[in-house]
Amino acid sequence: MSNILEVDNLHVSFDSYDGEIEAVRGVSLNLKKGETLAIVGESGSGKSVMCKSLMKLNPTGRLKDAKIMFEGKDIASMSEKQMRKIRGTKISMVFQDPMTSLNPTMPIGKQIIESMRYHDKITKTKAIERARELLRIVGITNVEQRMKEYPHQFSGGMRQRVVIAIALSCYPDILIADEPTTALDVTIQAQILDLLDELKDKFGMSIVFITHDLAVVSNIADRVAVMYAGKIVEVGKVEEIFKNPQHPYTWGLLGSIPTVDGKEEELMTIAGSPPNLLNIPQGDAFAKRNDYALEIDYVEHPPMFKVSDTHYAATWLLHEQAPKVERPEFNFLKKASSEESTDEPEVEEYSKDTILKVENLKIQFGSKENLVKAVDDITLDVKQGETLGIVGESGSGKSTLGRAILGLYKPTEGTVYYDGKDVNDGKGHKREDLAQQMQMIFQDPYSSINPRMTVADIIAEGLDIHKLAENPKQRMQRIQELLEEVGLNKEHANRYPHEFSGGQRQRVGIARALAVNPKFIIADEPISALDVSVQAQVINLLKKLQNTNNLTYMFITHDLSMARYISDRIGVMYQGKIVEMAKTDVLFSNPLHSYTKSLLSAIPLPDLEQQKTKRVVFDKEKYHSAEPLGRKLREVAPGHLVECTEKEFAHFKEIYK
Amino acid sequence: MDPNQKYDPKLFERASRPEEDSSEVHDTGLTFWRDAWIQFRRNKAALLGLIVIGLIIFLAIFGPYFNSYGSDEQNMSRSNLPPKVPLLEKVSWLGMDGTDSRGVDQYEVKGIDENFWFGTDELGRDLWTRVWEGSRISLYIAFLAAGIDLIIGVIYGSVSAYYGGRVDNVMQRILEVLMGIPELILVILLIMLLQPGILSITLAMIITGWVGMARIVRGQVLKLKNQEFVLASRALGAKDNRLLMKHLIPNTMGPIIITTMFTVPVAIFTEAFLSFIGLGLQPPIASLGTLVNDGFKLLRIYPHLMVISSVVISLIMISFNIVGDGLRDALDPRMKR
Amino acid sequence: MKRYVISRIIFMLITLLIIISFTFFLMQTLPGSPFNDEQLSEFQREQMNERYGLNEPVPKQYLNYLTNLVKGDLGVSFQYDGRPVTGIIKERIGTSAVLGIQSLIFGTIIGLALGIIGALYHNTTIDYASIIIAVIGLSIPNFVFAGLLQYWVGVKLEWLPVAFWRGFEYTILPTIALSMFVIATVARYIRTEMIEVLSEDYMLTAKSKGLSRFTMIWRHGVRNSMIPIITIMGPLVVSLVTGTLIVEKIFSIPGLGDQFVDSILTNDYPVIMGVTIFYSALFIFVVFVVDLLYGVLDPRIRLSGGDK
Repeated sequence: MSNILEVDNLHVSFDSYDGEIEAVRGVSLNLKKGETLAIVGESGSGKSVMCKSLMKLNPTGRLKDAKIMFEGKDIASMSEKQMRKIRGTKISMVFQDPMTSLNPTMPIGKQIIESMRYHDKITKTKAIERARELLRIVGITNVEQRMKEYPHQFSGGMRQRVVIAIALSCYPDILIADEPTTALDVTIQAQILDLLDELKDKFGMSIVFITHDLAVVSNIADRVAVMYAGKIVEVGKVEEIFKNPQHPYTWGLLGSIPTVDGKEEELMTIAGSPPNLLNIPQGDAFAKRNDYALEIDYVEHPPMFKVSDTHYAATWLLHEQAPKVERPEFNFLKKASSEESTDEPEVEEYSKDTILKVENLKIQFGSKENLVKAVDDITLDVKQGETLGIVGESGSGKSTLGRAILGLYKPTEGTVYYDGKDVNDGKGHKREDLAQQMQMIFQDPYSSINPRMTVADIIAEGLDIHKLAENPKQRMQRIQELLEEVGLNKEHANRYPHEFSGGQRQRVGIARALAVNPKFIIADEPISALDVSVQAQVINLLKKLQNTNNLTYMFITHDLSMARYISDRIGVMYQGKIVEMAKTDVLFSNPLHSYTKSLLSAIPLPDLEQQKTKRVVFDKEKYHSAEPLGRKLREVAPGHLVECTEKEFAHFKEIYK
Repeated sequence: MDPNQKYDPKLFERASRPEEDSSEVHDTGLTFWRDAWIQFRRNKAALLGLIVIGLIIFLAIFGPYFNSYGSDEQNMSRSNLPPKVPLLEKVSWLGMDGTDSRGVDQYEVKGIDENFWFGTDELGRDLWTRVWEGSRISLYIAFLAAGIDLIIGVIYGSVSAYYGGRVDNVMQRILEVLMGIPELILVILLIMLLQPGILSITLAMIITGWVGMARIVRGQVLKLKNQEFVLASRALGAKDNRLLMKHLIPNTMGPIIITTMFTVPVAIFTEAFLSFIGLGLQPPIASLGTLVNDGFKLLRIYPHLMVISSVVISLIMISFNIVGDGLRDALDPRMKR
Repeated sequence: MKRYVISRIIFMLITLLIIISFTFFLMQTLPGSPFNDEQLSEFQREQMNERYGLNEPVPKQYLNYLTNLVKGDLGVSFQYDGRPVTGIIKERIGTSAVLGIQSLIFGTIIGLALGIIGALYHNTTIDYASIIIAVIGLSIPNFVFAGLLQYWVGVKLEWLPVAFWRGFEYTILPTIALSMFVIATVARYIRTEMIEVLSEDYMLTAKSKGLSRFTMIWRHGVRNSMIPIITIMGPLVVSLVTGTLIVEKIFSIPGLGDQFVDSILTNDYPVIMGVTIFYSALFIFVVFVVDLLYGVLDPRIRLSGGDK
């Protein structure tokens, strides 16, 4: 296959008040005709900047002594006018957030035909015809009507389809997709990935797919390039990267993916957090986080070592003088060997005390005409010492449920019992006491801690409210204990939050919750805003704390593989209801509800052999039209509850026999 | 670089990890306010504005004592003198050489040896003293009004947003009615009722002035109320008082300060405007507004009267606006780019 | 949508009623009625009070005032010996309207140009120049600006007439003086809005389509930043109204603002009340129209039925 694009020694830098930021530091890369090249990296790795500069879309970034050869011409030295002939026609781009990448005040039809009319100089009627055709191809129905509609009338997934249609409108040779599925729910993500894969062949394009999630690319990429701190550290065919990775950073990324059977003790992690691009240290920027760092890593950046004709990696470990190190074993490669690991005494688990009980809980917002049933009649219980995972897509009401249990929202109907007593009637529990029993870890490491308070004051908030420290000395001592417990340096008690990275802030939030010695913690998407390599650190910390402090967790997440890893039981939420609840391995091996099935089939797995099994598509309309009244949560087998009708119930029972 | 190059074997020893990594912080050692101050300092215009404000406040306090004339000391023998400043008189275009618009040196004509830096008015009162005393009164009214606006606005806005629901609904309706009335018209009506005076003018401005602050604070608190750090504090059992004082109001400080910065020039303008339509302070009290108004009547004959007071009032307004802009850029991260 | 409009109209009427009542009772308590003149005999005073209905009990007067108001009668002037207030407003409003609308159009066009250019050349000398003009326009009080403009351009340079209202050239200086604030406000607003829009993702989408710079900026940039501009029309109209009080006085223009200031100085209460109510109604109406217009122009609001 011939190269369609060749990038040689690309440097991109930006000016900031604090100095020059080198976002891309010497990237060389080629793209073959008809292939999908995945660029994988964490935030700040320069992946997005790098790809935007292929179209010269960075408004302020400076390109330095680079060559970007496309069709025999150098893009790097082209004028804006020449670039316009390339953008949209030869190379086009799909952006991360479909909510913001469409013009909100222009009908989508107009947005699609705009570039056709400009570049291909075709008549309006022809353009409209072509736009309709494109919209049909990307999977939009009723196109005549929808062409006249505005972006906000489309759902997230549909908008991303529109954005793709725009990108395809002049039949480009290269499509750059910048995290096109990150802002979408997992089932929608799966659909968009399938669509892109299908379009690649249909249009004969090459695709550059940018992502932070290695698992996503295993199924659609031909080759993978891993970026770190503005450099490519490893590049190779997808099999080479997944089966024979050479760079310790790639090892870390692969290692932090939970296994298929979710049984390992601890996830592999990469220490620390991505570097600050303002003052990149001498040598290899990754050295400080590298468990296998050599002295030379601190002196000189490693060159690209050849592993095979298609596989290169920039690590000194490949140098002939380097010591031989053994690559760690990756969780996801371990075959789900011990299927029969269920010899744990189940009976004992059922005898455990129930710590929390929710009965017919309903939370409604808004006015009569505009009623939102965020939580719609939920009943569940949480046992002492277990982790209950609550899984759902955005808008399923999972966060509202968590907040309502904690008393942050008043229930419209229903009751929450903690330790057998009603938390809301004012008789059973005093609110102050409850606040010491139940705590919460929040999602966003930036908005979840007050920027105007020191870390010490943030952590000690619970101590101050409940007057748990007798004197300032005792207070400080407790703060330092907590800091160490969550893996932070106690010297940093008097620092302000903005000096901390996302992962560190999340640790501060955990310490704040632990300060009052709670028994039950609700973790509301605690890792979804973190970088991949940091997610595993936080998960490991939560697991460790559960053991040492004898905690009970309710773990709210949209990430099924993480839920599977950390939870004993999982409840699946859809539109304010629990549609299925079972022990984790039961749910994964024998999902019954069609929504659960669709969710499970959409999980991106880092499994190359995985056949593209037919995705289960959840038919919303059918679900809502067919006997909605007779449907309720029924216990199909001990501990396995499914929302179903009488008829389905009989059928499910049948399956269990 | 050649991958096969030979190196000192020592370099290929395993490196020891530099201490526990997860606790390394990006050390700026800055609190929010110091960071904002650094941002603000980068804005040269805003810094200049701050200096001008400082200078004007200084002169408004001490300026009148730089010479021995009283603000109400009339002396018809030295009436309508143009400005004369010892060193600046050499710079002819500045008009500080004691000559009037026809080029006659009034000091010589009237046989006056003293220098009146800003000249004198039609009653022979020293304009330097009057301008700075006027500035003092204008600034006093402006700061007082802005301060009280701030207190009322912050309380009203935060209560309305914090308690939400019915309380918010009623309080919002009241605000909407107040906003439906053109502000200056209401001020005029109130001054007619109360009679012009420092307190009545301040009061009239406050009656409508706090509305803007209340809206800003309400918006900010509404936004903050659902931030996770506030929920976290509630989850820890914090009471209303703590939530407002520790979390909501400190995080609203930025917008509050910015709004106050923009309230001051509006108040100065309002006071001057009232003077101009004849509802300003009554003699012997003079403010910048009354001085501009008096000067305007004699503009064609003795332009210095209006020019000097206009320059001072414009300088104050421009400086406050520039500093307000600078603060917004420094304090409001949404505007940071 | 219909319900929204109706509830808004009801609310507008309530606001207006509150303003009317407030104004009325304020006027009742005010000192210094022209009939307190010492030289009038007891009989003359009686006669005057009879004629202007001032000796009726206050609630009666209030009801009278309201009923008359509904009929479009705002009472009669004290000053101009029985001339109806409505007539005075009708006679004077034309001039003020011409001046106001002229300033609004002129100021908006210049302000838009200044702000858009500033945003396009963000952080360059051109941008700084536009900021400086905007800050000065916002800061210098309109009476200072109008006074100095009249002095230099009118008196010293003798380029344009300094006063009165006798043809287009008479309108130039007052229009410039009045539009300074409009220019500054619009320029600042659109500049901020435009800078924000330019950094939106959809601008990047437009750029990645390979559109020409003009198409990109005009179709995607300017259009999206123009919509919010109409929200500042309310404050602008208020500034124009108060501006006319000053500018008409300085340039001796026989408009409503000039009349209002005169009436204040002579305590002509019926006129003050009438004009106050007129100004308030105008303001409330403008805000209402702006809200409706915003709904029409922004598809996101238009299609969700206009509820907020």
